[in-house]
Amino acid sequence: MKVYIQKTNQNKNMKSNITVKELLKQLNINTTTVIVSVNNELTTLDRNLKDKDNVKILSVISGG
Amino acid sequence: MPCKNCKTKPVIQLTNNNVKLCKSCFIRYFEKKVLKTIRKFQLLDKEDNVAVALSGGKDSLTVLYILNKLASTKRNLKLTAILIDEGIKGYREHTIKDAKKFCKENKIPLKIYSFKKEFKYPLDTLIKKINEKSCTICGVLRRVLLNKKSRALKVKKLATGHNLDDEAQSILMNQFKRNMPLSARLGPKTGVMPNEKFIIRIKPLYLMTELETATYAHLRNLTTKFNECKYVSDSLRDNVREFLNNFEERYPGTKNAIIQSFLEILPLLKEHYAKIGGIKYCKNCEEPCSSEICRTCKLLEKIR
Repeated sequence: MKVYIQKTNQNKNMKSNITVKELLKQLNINTTTVIVSVNNELTTLDRNLKDKDNVKILSVISGG
Repeated sequence: MPCKNCKTKPVIQLTNNNVKLCKSCFIRYFEKKVLKTIRKFQLLDKEDNVAVALSGGKDSLTVLYILNKLASTKRNLKLTAILIDEGIKGYREHTIKDAKKFCKENKIPLKIYSFKKEFKYPLDTLIKKINEKSCTICGVLRRVLLNKKSRALKVKKLATGHNLDDEAQSILMNQFKRNMPLSARLGPKTGVMPNEKFIIRIKPLYLMTELETATYAHLRNLTTKFNECKYVSDSLRDNVREFLNNFEERYPGTKNAIIQSFLEILPLLKEHYAKIGGIKYCKNCEEPCSSEICRTCKLLEKIR
Protein backbone atom coordinates (compact mmCIF):
# COMPACT_ATOMS: atom_id res chain seq x y z
CA MET A 1 0.00 0.00 0.00
CA LYS A 2 1.13 3.56 -0.74
CA VAL A 3 1.86 5.84 2.18
CA TYR A 4 2.68 9.55 1.95
CA ILE A 5 4.26 11.32 4.94
CA GLN A 6 3.69 15.07 4.59
CA LYS A 7 6.16 16.21 7.26
CA THR A 8 9.15 14.68 5.48
CA ASN A 9 7.57 14.75 2.00
CA GLN A 10 8.22 11.00 1.65
CA ASN A 11 6.38 8.30 -0.28
CA LYS A 12 6.67 4.74 1.00
CA ASN A 13 5.36 1.31 0.10
CA MET A 14 4.25 -0.49 3.24
CA LYS A 15 2.73 -3.88 4.02
CA SER A 16 -1.06 -3.81 4.38
CA ASN A 17 -3.44 -5.67 6.74
CA ILE A 18 -2.47 -3.53 9.68
CA THR A 19 -4.36 -0.78 11.49
CA VAL A 20 -3.54 2.95 11.17
CA LYS A 21 -2.25 2.82 14.74
CA GLU A 22 0.12 -0.05 13.91
CA LEU A 23 1.30 1.76 10.78
CA LEU A 24 2.14 4.89 12.80
CA LYS A 25 3.97 2.74 15.35
CA GLN A 26 6.05 1.15 12.57
CA LEU A 27 6.90 4.62 11.26
CA ASN A 28 7.66 5.88 14.79
CA ILE A 29 5.06 8.66 14.52
CA ASN A 30 3.19 9.87 17.61
CA THR A 31 -0.55 9.33 17.08
CA THR A 32 -1.46 12.67 18.69
CA THR A 33 0.58 14.69 16.18
CA VAL A 34 -1.01 13.62 12.89
CA ILE A 35 -4.30 13.19 11.11
CA VAL A 36 -4.52 10.32 8.66
CA SER A 37 -6.54 10.09 5.47
CA VAL A 38 -7.25 6.88 3.58
CA ASN A 39 -8.33 7.37 -0.04
CA ASN A 40 -8.78 11.10 0.73
CA GLU A 41 -11.11 10.57 3.72
CA LEU A 42 -10.01 11.17 7.30
CA THR A 43 -10.06 8.08 9.43
CA THR A 44 -9.54 6.76 12.96
CA LEU A 45 -6.63 4.79 14.38
CA ASP A 46 -8.43 1.42 14.40
CA ARG A 47 -9.09 1.43 10.63
CA ASN A 48 -7.71 -1.66 8.96
CA LEU A 49 -5.60 -0.84 5.91
CA LYS A 50 -5.87 -2.76 2.66
CA ASP A 51 -3.39 -3.23 -0.16
CA LYS A 52 -5.00 -0.75 -2.56
CA ASP A 53 -5.42 1.98 0.06
CA ASN A 54 -3.81 5.35 -0.49
CA VAL A 55 -2.69 6.64 2.91
CA LYS A 56 -1.69 10.22 3.73
CA ILE A 57 -0.19 11.19 7.08
CA LEU A 58 -0.57 14.92 7.77
CA SER A 59 1.30 16.63 10.59
CA VAL A 60 -0.90 18.93 12.72
CA ILE A 61 1.91 20.96 14.28
CA SER A 62 2.29 24.41 12.79
CA GLY A 63 4.82 26.08 15.08
CA GLY A 64 5.00 29.32 17.07
CA MET B 1 -16.75 1.11 15.54
CA PRO B 2 -19.03 3.70 13.83
CA CYS B 3 -19.96 7.30 14.74
CA LYS B 4 -21.56 7.47 18.18
CA ASN B 5 -24.54 9.47 16.93
CA CYS B 6 -25.39 8.35 13.40
CA LYS B 7 -23.53 5.05 12.98
CA THR B 8 -21.68 6.17 9.82
CA LYS B 9 -17.92 6.13 9.09
CA PRO B 10 -15.97 8.02 11.80
CA VAL B 11 -13.26 10.63 11.03
CA ILE B 12 -11.97 11.14 14.58
CA GLN B 13 -11.82 9.54 18.00
CA LEU B 14 -12.02 12.18 20.75
CA THR B 15 -9.17 11.92 23.23
CA ASN B 16 -11.01 12.31 26.50
CA ASN B 17 -13.86 9.84 26.20
CA ASN B 18 -13.01 7.51 23.27
CA VAL B 19 -16.11 8.71 21.40
CA LYS B 20 -15.93 8.41 17.61
CA LEU B 21 -17.63 10.96 15.36
CA CYS B 22 -18.33 11.21 11.63
CA LYS B 23 -17.64 14.36 9.58
CA SER B 24 -20.93 16.20 10.17
CA CYS B 25 -21.24 15.17 13.85
CA PHE B 26 -17.64 16.27 14.50
CA ILE B 27 -18.13 19.67 12.81
CA ARG B 28 -21.26 20.21 14.93
CA TYR B 29 -19.44 19.09 18.10
CA PHE B 30 -16.47 21.38 17.39
CA GLU B 31 -18.50 24.53 16.64
CA LYS B 32 -20.80 23.94 19.62
CA LYS B 33 -17.82 23.57 21.96
CA VAL B 34 -16.14 26.76 20.66
CA LEU B 35 -19.39 28.75 21.11
CA LYS B 36 -19.76 27.25 24.59
CA THR B 37 -16.18 28.38 25.40
CA ILE B 38 -17.05 31.92 24.21
CA ARG B 39 -20.15 31.99 26.45
CA LYS B 40 -18.55 30.29 29.48
CA PHE B 41 -15.59 32.65 29.67
CA GLN B 42 -17.53 35.71 28.38
CA LEU B 43 -15.10 36.23 25.52
CA LEU B 44 -17.51 38.42 23.53
CA ASP B 45 -19.84 41.25 24.56
CA LYS B 46 -23.27 41.89 23.06
CA GLU B 47 -21.68 44.54 20.88
CA ASP B 48 -18.09 43.87 19.98
CA ASN B 49 -15.32 44.97 17.68
CA VAL B 50 -12.74 42.21 17.34
CA ALA B 51 -9.51 41.85 15.40
CA VAL B 52 -8.42 38.30 14.63
CA ALA B 53 -4.68 37.68 14.60
CA LEU B 54 -4.49 35.77 11.33
CA SER B 55 -1.44 33.83 10.26
CA GLY B 56 -3.17 31.85 7.53
CA GLY B 57 -2.50 28.62 9.44
CA LYS B 58 -5.16 26.15 10.56
CA ASP B 59 -5.77 27.64 14.02
CA SER B 60 -6.28 31.29 13.11
CA LEU B 61 -8.30 30.43 9.99
CA THR B 62 -10.55 28.28 12.17
CA VAL B 63 -11.08 31.13 14.67
CA LEU B 64 -11.82 33.61 11.89
CA TYR B 65 -14.18 31.17 10.15
CA ILE B 66 -16.22 30.49 13.31
CA LEU B 67 -16.31 34.16 14.43
CA ASN B 68 -17.36 35.18 10.92
CA LYS B 69 -20.12 32.58 11.02
CA LEU B 70 -21.20 34.02 14.36
CA ALA B 71 -21.04 37.58 12.97
CA SER B 72 -23.39 36.61 10.15
CA THR B 73 -26.08 35.79 12.71
CA LYS B 74 -25.04 38.35 15.30
CA ARG B 75 -25.03 41.71 13.49
CA ASN B 76 -23.28 43.63 16.26
CA LEU B 77 -19.98 41.76 15.97
CA LYS B 78 -17.48 43.63 13.80
CA LEU B 79 -14.45 41.68 12.55
CA THR B 80 -11.09 42.67 11.08
CA ALA B 81 -8.18 40.34 10.35
CA ILE B 82 -4.61 41.39 11.19
CA LEU B 83 -1.71 39.52 9.64
CA ILE B 84 1.91 39.96 10.71
CA ASP B 85 4.43 39.07 8.03
CA GLU B 86 7.53 38.25 10.08
CA GLY B 87 9.61 37.55 7.01
CA ILE B 88 10.19 33.77 7.19
CA LYS B 89 11.10 32.68 3.70
CA GLY B 90 9.58 29.41 2.54
CA TYR B 91 6.86 29.47 5.22
CA ARG B 92 5.00 32.73 5.63
CA GLU B 93 4.38 33.41 1.93
CA HIS B 94 2.24 30.24 1.69
CA THR B 95 0.09 31.10 4.69
CA ILE B 96 -0.30 34.74 3.54
CA LYS B 97 -1.70 33.44 0.26
CA ASP B 98 -4.28 31.29 2.12
CA ALA B 99 -5.17 34.22 4.41
CA LYS B 100 -5.69 36.67 1.53
CA LYS B 101 -7.82 34.17 -0.39
CA PHE B 102 -9.94 33.42 2.69
CA CYS B 103 -10.54 37.10 3.58
CA LYS B 104 -11.41 37.99 -0.02
CA GLU B 105 -13.91 35.13 -0.33
CA ASN B 106 -15.51 35.97 3.01
CA LYS B 107 -15.38 39.78 2.60
CA ILE B 108 -13.39 40.32 5.79
CA PRO B 109 -11.08 43.38 5.91
CA LEU B 110 -7.44 42.27 6.13
CA LYS B 111 -4.58 44.46 7.37
CA ILE B 112 -1.03 43.24 6.78
CA TYR B 113 2.00 44.61 8.70
CA SER B 114 5.55 43.39 8.25
CA PHE B 115 8.61 43.15 10.51
CA LYS B 116 10.62 44.57 7.61
CA LYS B 117 8.58 47.77 7.49
CA GLU B 118 8.04 48.14 11.24
CA PHE B 119 11.45 46.99 12.54
CA LYS B 120 13.63 47.53 9.45
CA TYR B 121 14.50 43.83 8.95
CA PRO B 122 12.63 40.55 8.33
CA LEU B 123 12.93 37.79 10.97
CA ASP B 124 15.37 35.82 8.77
CA THR B 125 17.80 38.79 9.09
CA LEU B 126 16.97 39.69 12.71
CA ILE B 127 18.01 36.26 13.98
CA LYS B 128 21.47 36.85 12.51
CA LYS B 129 21.73 40.28 14.13
CA ILE B 130 20.32 39.47 17.57
CA ASN B 131 21.80 36.77 19.77
CA GLU B 132 18.49 35.34 20.96
CA LYS B 133 16.34 32.32 20.07
CA SER B 134 14.33 32.91 16.90
CA CYS B 135 11.03 32.12 18.66
CA THR B 136 11.84 34.69 21.39
CA ILE B 137 12.51 37.46 18.84
CA CYS B 138 9.48 36.52 16.75
CA GLY B 139 7.13 36.17 19.75
CA VAL B 140 8.09 39.47 21.40
CA LEU B 141 7.96 41.54 18.20
CA ARG B 142 4.77 39.93 16.90
CA ARG B 143 3.00 40.46 20.25
CA VAL B 144 3.87 44.15 20.47
CA LEU B 145 2.96 44.79 16.84
CA LEU B 146 -0.42 43.05 17.20
CA ASN B 147 -1.18 45.13 20.29
CA LYS B 148 -0.12 48.44 18.71
CA LYS B 149 -1.99 47.84 15.47
CA SER B 150 -5.13 46.60 17.25
CA ARG B 151 -5.09 49.79 19.33
CA ALA B 152 -4.65 51.91 16.21
CA LEU B 153 -7.61 50.13 14.60
CA LYS B 154 -9.64 50.89 17.77
CA VAL B 155 -10.77 47.29 18.25
CA LYS B 156 -11.90 46.14 21.70
CA LYS B 157 -10.39 42.66 21.59
CA LEU B 158 -7.82 40.61 19.76
CA ALA B 159 -8.79 36.98 19.07
CA THR B 160 -5.96 34.50 18.62
CA GLY B 161 -5.81 30.89 17.41
CA HIS B 162 -4.21 29.53 20.59
CA ASN B 163 -5.58 26.05 21.29
CA LEU B 164 -5.52 23.70 24.29
CA ASP B 165 -2.11 22.30 23.31
CA ASP B 166 -0.54 25.79 23.07
CA GLU B 167 -1.91 26.74 26.48
CA ALA B 168 -0.82 23.48 28.16
CA GLN B 169 2.69 24.05 26.74
CA SER B 170 2.77 27.65 28.05
CA ILE B 171 1.67 26.56 31.53
CA LEU B 172 4.44 23.94 31.72
CA MET B 173 7.06 26.29 30.24
CA ASN B 174 6.25 28.89 32.90
CA GLN B 175 6.54 26.21 35.61
CA PHE B 176 9.93 25.08 34.24
CA LYS B 177 11.15 28.69 34.23
CA ARG B 178 9.46 29.59 37.55
CA ASN B 179 7.59 32.41 35.86
CA MET B 180 4.25 32.56 37.66
CA PRO B 181 3.53 36.21 36.78
CA LEU B 182 3.50 35.11 33.14
CA SER B 183 1.11 32.26 33.95
CA ALA B 184 -1.22 34.76 35.64
CA ARG B 185 -1.57 36.50 32.28
CA LEU B 186 -2.69 33.26 30.55
CA GLY B 187 -6.22 31.89 30.33
CA PRO B 188 -9.05 32.18 27.77
CA LYS B 189 -9.05 35.95 28.31
CA THR B 190 -5.55 37.29 28.89
CA GLY B 191 -4.24 40.00 31.18
CA VAL B 192 -4.24 40.52 34.94
CA MET B 193 -5.96 43.91 35.08
CA PRO B 194 -7.58 46.18 32.45
CA ASN B 195 -5.27 48.75 30.85
CA GLU B 196 -6.15 51.24 28.10
CA LYS B 197 -2.92 50.53 26.22
CA PHE B 198 -3.31 46.78 26.34
CA ILE B 199 -5.88 45.17 24.03
CA ILE B 200 -7.51 42.14 25.71
CA ARG B 201 -6.76 38.87 23.96
CA ILE B 202 -9.36 36.15 23.68
CA LYS B 203 -8.79 32.49 22.80
CA PRO B 204 -11.95 30.86 21.40
CA LEU B 205 -10.07 27.56 20.78
CA TYR B 206 -8.97 27.36 24.43
CA LEU B 207 -10.61 23.96 24.99
CA MET B 208 -9.95 22.48 21.54
CA THR B 209 -6.89 20.28 20.98
CA GLU B 210 -4.47 20.83 18.13
CA LEU B 211 -5.59 17.52 16.61
CA GLU B 212 -9.27 18.50 16.77
CA THR B 213 -8.52 21.93 15.26
CA ALA B 214 -6.49 20.40 12.41
CA THR B 215 -9.30 17.90 11.76
CA TYR B 216 -11.89 20.72 11.67
CA ALA B 217 -9.75 22.91 9.36
CA HIS B 218 -9.20 19.94 7.05
CA LEU B 219 -12.89 18.96 6.94
CA ARG B 220 -13.94 22.56 6.31
CA ASN B 221 -11.28 22.91 3.60
CA LEU B 222 -9.84 25.97 5.37
CA THR B 223 -6.34 24.81 4.61
CA THR B 224 -5.02 21.75 2.88
CA LYS B 225 -1.39 22.07 3.94
CA PHE B 226 -0.25 22.13 7.53
CA ASN B 227 3.02 23.96 7.06
CA GLU B 228 5.53 23.90 9.86
CA CYS B 229 7.64 26.98 10.63
CA LYS B 230 11.32 26.29 9.83
CA TYR B 231 12.38 27.64 13.25
CA VAL B 232 9.98 25.39 15.19
CA SER B 233 12.62 22.95 16.47
CA ASP B 234 14.72 25.78 17.84
CA SER B 235 12.55 26.40 20.88
CA LEU B 236 11.86 25.29 24.45
CA ARG B 237 8.22 25.11 23.34
CA ASP B 238 9.11 22.42 20.82
CA ASN B 239 10.67 20.24 23.50
CA VAL B 240 7.73 20.77 25.85
CA ARG B 241 5.35 19.98 22.97
CA GLU B 242 7.12 16.70 22.28
CA PHE B 243 7.16 15.80 25.96
CA LEU B 244 3.43 16.53 26.29
CA ASN B 245 2.53 14.64 23.11
CA ASN B 246 4.41 11.58 24.37
CA PHE B 247 2.51 11.81 27.66
CA GLU B 248 -0.79 12.32 25.86
CA GLU B 249 -0.22 9.21 23.76
CA ARG B 250 0.54 7.09 26.82
CA TYR B 251 -1.97 8.75 29.16
CA PRO B 252 -4.81 10.20 27.06
CA GLY B 253 -6.38 13.31 28.59
CA THR B 254 -3.13 14.67 30.09
CA LYS B 255 -3.29 18.04 28.29
CA ASN B 256 -6.93 18.56 29.19
CA ALA B 257 -6.16 17.74 32.84
CA ILE B 258 -3.39 20.39 32.85
CA ILE B 259 -5.82 23.01 31.49
CA GLN B 260 -8.65 22.12 33.89
CA SER B 261 -6.28 22.17 36.92
CA PHE B 262 -4.88 25.51 35.76
CA LEU B 263 -8.37 27.01 35.37
CA GLU B 264 -9.04 26.15 39.02
CA ILE B 265 -6.08 28.21 40.27
CA LEU B 266 -6.11 30.96 37.61
CA PRO B 267 -8.52 33.34 39.44
CA LEU B 268 -6.25 33.19 42.51
CA LEU B 269 -3.14 33.85 40.41
CA LYS B 270 -4.75 36.84 38.68
CA GLU B 271 -5.95 38.27 42.00
CA HIS B 272 -2.52 37.84 43.58
CA TYR B 273 -0.54 39.45 40.74
CA ALA B 274 -3.08 42.27 40.30
CA LYS B 275 -2.34 43.23 43.92
CA ILE B 276 1.44 43.10 43.82
CA GLY B 277 2.46 43.96 40.28
CA GLY B 278 1.07 47.09 38.71
CA ILE B 279 1.64 47.69 35.00
CA LYS B 280 4.63 49.88 34.18
CA TYR B 281 5.34 51.81 30.99
CA CYS B 282 8.56 51.49 29.00
CA LYS B 283 10.81 54.57 29.35
CA ASN B 284 11.64 54.43 25.63
CA CYS B 285 8.42 53.60 23.81
CA GLU B 286 5.80 54.06 26.58
CA GLU B 287 4.23 50.68 25.83
CA PRO B 288 2.87 48.71 28.81
CA CYS B 289 5.43 46.29 30.27
CA SER B 290 6.61 44.70 33.50
CA SER B 291 10.00 46.43 33.85
CA GLU B 292 11.53 49.86 33.14
CA ILE B 293 12.48 49.03 29.53
CA CYS B 294 10.23 46.69 27.56
CA ARG B 295 11.51 43.49 25.93
CA THR B 296 10.94 44.90 22.44
CA CYS B 297 13.22 47.89 23.09
CA LYS B 298 15.81 45.62 24.72
CA LEU B 299 15.79 43.38 21.64
CA LEU B 300 15.87 46.23 19.12
CA GLU B 301 18.73 47.87 21.04
CA LYS B 302 20.90 44.87 20.12
CA ILE B 303 20.68 45.56 16.38
CA ARG B 304 21.48 49.26 16.48
